[in-house]
Amino acid sequence: MTTLLILVVLVLGFMVVLRLSRVAELTSELRGLREEEIPERDNRISGRMMWAFGAIYLLWFLWLPLEYGDVFLPPPASTQGEMIDGMFTFNWWILGIVFFGTNIALFYFAGRYYHRAGRKAFWYPHNNKLELLWTVIPSVVLVAVIIYGLNVWNKITAAPVPGTMEVEVYSKQFDWTFRYPGKDGKLGAIDFRLITGENPLGIVTHKTIAARLAGLHEEVDNAKADLDARKEVLPKSKIKEKEEEIAHLNRLIERIMGLRTLMEQDIAANGENSTYLHGADDKVTKEFHLPVNTDVELVIRSQDVIHSAYLPHMRAQMNAVPGMATRMHLNTTITTDSMRTITDNPDFDYILMCNKVCGISHYNMQAPLIVESPGAFKVWNIMLPIFEKPGSSEPDTKNEAAATTSDTVKTEIAGEAEAAAGTNNQSN
Amino acid sequence: MSAVVNPSAADSGHAHADHHQHKESFISKYIFSHDHKMISKQFLITAIVMAWIAMIMSMIFRLQIAFPGESFAFTHFFLGDKWAPNGVLSSSMYLALVTIHGTLMVFFVLTGGLSGTFSNLLIPFQIGARDMASGFINMLSFWFFLAASIMMLSSLFVESGPAAGGWTVYPPLSALPESIPGSGTGMTLWLFSMILFIAGSLMGSLNYIVTVLNLRTKGMRMTRLPLTVWALLLTAIVGVLAFPVLVSAVLLLIMDRLMGTSFYLSEIHIAGEALDNMGGSPILYQHLFWFLGHPEVYIVILPAFGISSEVISTMSRKPIFGYRAMIGSLMAISFLSFLVWGHHMFVTGMNPFLGSVFVFTTLLIAIPSAVKVFNYIATLWRGNIIFSPAMLFSIGMVSTFIAGGLTGIIVANSALDIQVHDTYFVVAHFHMVMGVSAIFAMMAGVYHWFPRMYGRMMNTKLGYIHFWVTLVSAYGVFIPMHYVGLAGGPRRYYDYTEFPMFQGHFVDLNVMITLFAILGGVVQIVFTYNFFHSIWRGQKAPQNPWHSNTLEWTAPVEHLHGNWPGPLPTVYRWPYDYSKPGKLEDYVPQTVPLEEGEEDH
Repeated sequence: MTTLLILVVLVLGFMVVLRLSRVAELTSELRGLREEEIPERDNRISGRMMWAFGAIYLLWFLWLPLEYGDVFLPPPASTQGEMIDGMFTFNWWILGIVFFGTNIALFYFAGRYYHRAGRKAFWYPHNNKLELLWTVIPSVVLVAVIIYGLNVWNKITAAPVPGTMEVEVYSKQFDWTFRYPGKDGKLGAIDFRLITGENPLGIVTHKTIAARLAGLHEEVDNAKADLDARKEVLPKSKIKEKEEEIAHLNRLIERIMGLRTLMEQDIAANGENSTYLHGADDKVTKEFHLPVNTDVELVIRSQDVIHSAYLPHMRAQMNAVPGMATRMHLNTTITTDSMRTITDNPDFDYILMCNKVCGISHYNMQAPLIVESPGAFKVWNIMLPIFEKPGSSEPDTKNEAAATTSDTVKTEIAGEAEAAAGTNNQSN
Repeated sequence: MSAVVNPSAADSGHAHADHHQHKESFISKYIFSHDHKMISKQFLITAIVMAWIAMIMSMIFRLQIAFPGESFAFTHFFLGDKWAPNGVLSSSMYLALVTIHGTLMVFFVLTGGLSGTFSNLLIPFQIGARDMASGFINMLSFWFFLAASIMMLSSLFVESGPAAGGWTVYPPLSALPESIPGSGTGMTLWLFSMILFIAGSLMGSLNYIVTVLNLRTKGMRMTRLPLTVWALLLTAIVGVLAFPVLVSAVLLLIMDRLMGTSFYLSEIHIAGEALDNMGGSPILYQHLFWFLGHPEVYIVILPAFGISSEVISTMSRKPIFGYRAMIGSLMAISFLSFLVWGHHMFVTGMNPFLGSVFVFTTLLIAIPSAVKVFNYIATLWRGNIIFSPAMLFSIGMVSTFIAGGLTGIIVANSALDIQVHDTYFVVAHFHMVMGVSAIFAMMAGVYHWFPRMYGRMMNTKLGYIHFWVTLVSAYGVFIPMHYVGLAGGPRRYYDYTEFPMFQGHFVDLNVMITLFAILGGVVQIVFTYNFFHSIWRGQKAPQNPWHSNTLEWTAPVEHLHGNWPGPLPTVYRWPYDYSKPGKLEDYVPQTVPLEEGEEDH
């Protein structure tokens, strides 16, 4: 409402200005003044305005960070963030010098050399030495900027050392899901065709394929039955639509069967190392935790449209692109608790937010990130449910074997959890 | 419509003029005109209308950003119950407004409006030609532009709303109607509108190139061309090489949407269903889009450079410093503009090595840009500056170009871009460097060449008010916006209230930005009033109001078909002989022969 009032006042103000200018126009016409002949007085005023504006502008520019500097992000909480912030400082200094130098020169000259009758401008069409000077100096400075920048870039994007923990950051409209590797330390294969309510990421295992195929067959049967029953009453366009849907489902079935063949071939060729065997023990969660001072590789995927995983406090960002996995590795340096102390804000949380417009709720696609000690992380991680509970159903010899191994895994995990809890207590 | 006899034809007694003039009906004179002067006015007025629409859109969404969830009669007045229930902008319309604001401003105002207006007006006049190489194709170029404009605006009225995936319309968001309401009919209209726009732009550009290369008058060597013509020529060349790539990008997207192809789509599960599309890549679209998209920002800024060079030199009464360096830097920028598109894609998962190459090529552009700024400042030095509104806007343009250009060094550096990519820092950067700068140059061009367009003067005092308030509000909007970005504020967010980190001063900054944006928007009323009032009621212009050297001011004030009543003028010198030593006046028009022993520059 106040804004509306402000608007009204502004509009009225401008209407007054317009009327006044009309009066000025009429009087100047009476005095025989021409629009294109700008009197010396007006040029002088404009020149002084240039000085005044230049000064106020630059002072305001200096005042803003003093007044509003608290909106800037707290100190970086990752190793790459430290590098990036250092680089920012270097660049700000260079840009600041150029900014003030050129603006001062621009506004000073503009105000200094306003038009005066009887004066003639200095004839100065070119000077090759000057041109060379202000080509070479920016080039040299830019070489420094580029070398520094690429050096940091290469460090940030360097391939991770083998054995780095992978964490999947999975996006869809409009939330994030995370997947941590199980006992084998590896993330298993996923396929978007297997996505269902129970399998939100489409992890590939024998069971998920079987379940998905069964579900699809059922869907096809239902659709066919429905079509047969209502064939007489449905309009032609509806029938065509139904038939197309059935064809689509059949294509899906065919491709999932292809996927199964692929999986079996891969398992036959690679045995235990097959990526298709790594999915069952993965852990899918809505919570995002990372261990501090540990290199992790984030594998970023999307289910539907492009999203972007943006962690401003880590100075980290990578797009999530459907159809491919992008990667970024991250070494956090400050736990959430420590950052709460640093920022003097007990409610502080690191935030993962979507930074690529992805639909109408794009603005609220966020998840908090908890950075904690490796011990606490391990405790949290072990408590997560395993994707495929081993030892259930299907009297398959293969599965039985898997079940026994899983049991041993379970005991191992329990032991580890205790140990982890112990270290955590110690660190506290 | 009754046939109207052109009064200027009736007045001019020259036999030659009669030869060129013929009776014109209202339709052939004002609507299906082949005359470059009329076409330039058509482009300009269309652009002013589009700029107003785009600006009102920005005021609506700025209100939402500063005062989320509050009701505004202003918003409700324009959008009604459907898009602004109870006067609160809806989230889907917010995205649509952001998208259409960007599209209108980039393509319809700053491409069509800027290079369309001034290429048409200045190229034939300043090279001494009677008209464009092909008046008919020139007319078609405007009509395609207008059809594209109307189609784009019509998308505002479709049921599912206009395109809403941002002005870059990245698939899959833009390809799948189930992902966002705006990707329905609105998106189809957007895509077809762009194809029309590009067709028109190509016709225009080819015409400009042919005209500059073939129709220069006697003595008008390439090294005697005003910098405006150089800039407009290079703009046209960049446009011809870059725009067709956008057509291909758009065409593939249309096929993905309407014919079931998979150029940009792969492995997508949306609305509870796995799609059939396999094997495409959304990243392909980004490569194609930015192959145009980046040259596009130079298509916007090159004419701005041309106009400000011309105005700064004329109104400083001083030759432009380093004429050849200015041409060289224009050429360097045009060439480099094709090698930098990947800097929009540092965080798409593109190979980091490829990223480094784009860092290098992008930062190279800083060198010719710096040369231009230093040359402008050197031109002002010891000048004799007449502060016409055009001159004020040109100086403003240099200042905003510095502010926006410098932050370009930040966003071009891939490691820094990780942090600021897609935040308001980028929004502030490109608005400053290509939005505000180009609009300032466009304003400068309008004030400077208004007497050439309409034969009347604009009001200078209103021009002063317009300039100072616009300058203050432009900085008031875009300098604080850098802070919003550095605070980690992502762009295209409808509402920040869900984030504890975006409270306090962050909100205050957004309020400040919005208030300055409203101020900057309202003051354009002064300009619009001045513009239209002066068309009919302004002081009659003298032939050469700014005592300028270039050829357009040697033609009579009355618009003649063919521009000059007698033979075409002959050119003897470069256009920047201002305050030349040994001359009585502080300007020497290009048509004055060199004195004995006088050197061409």
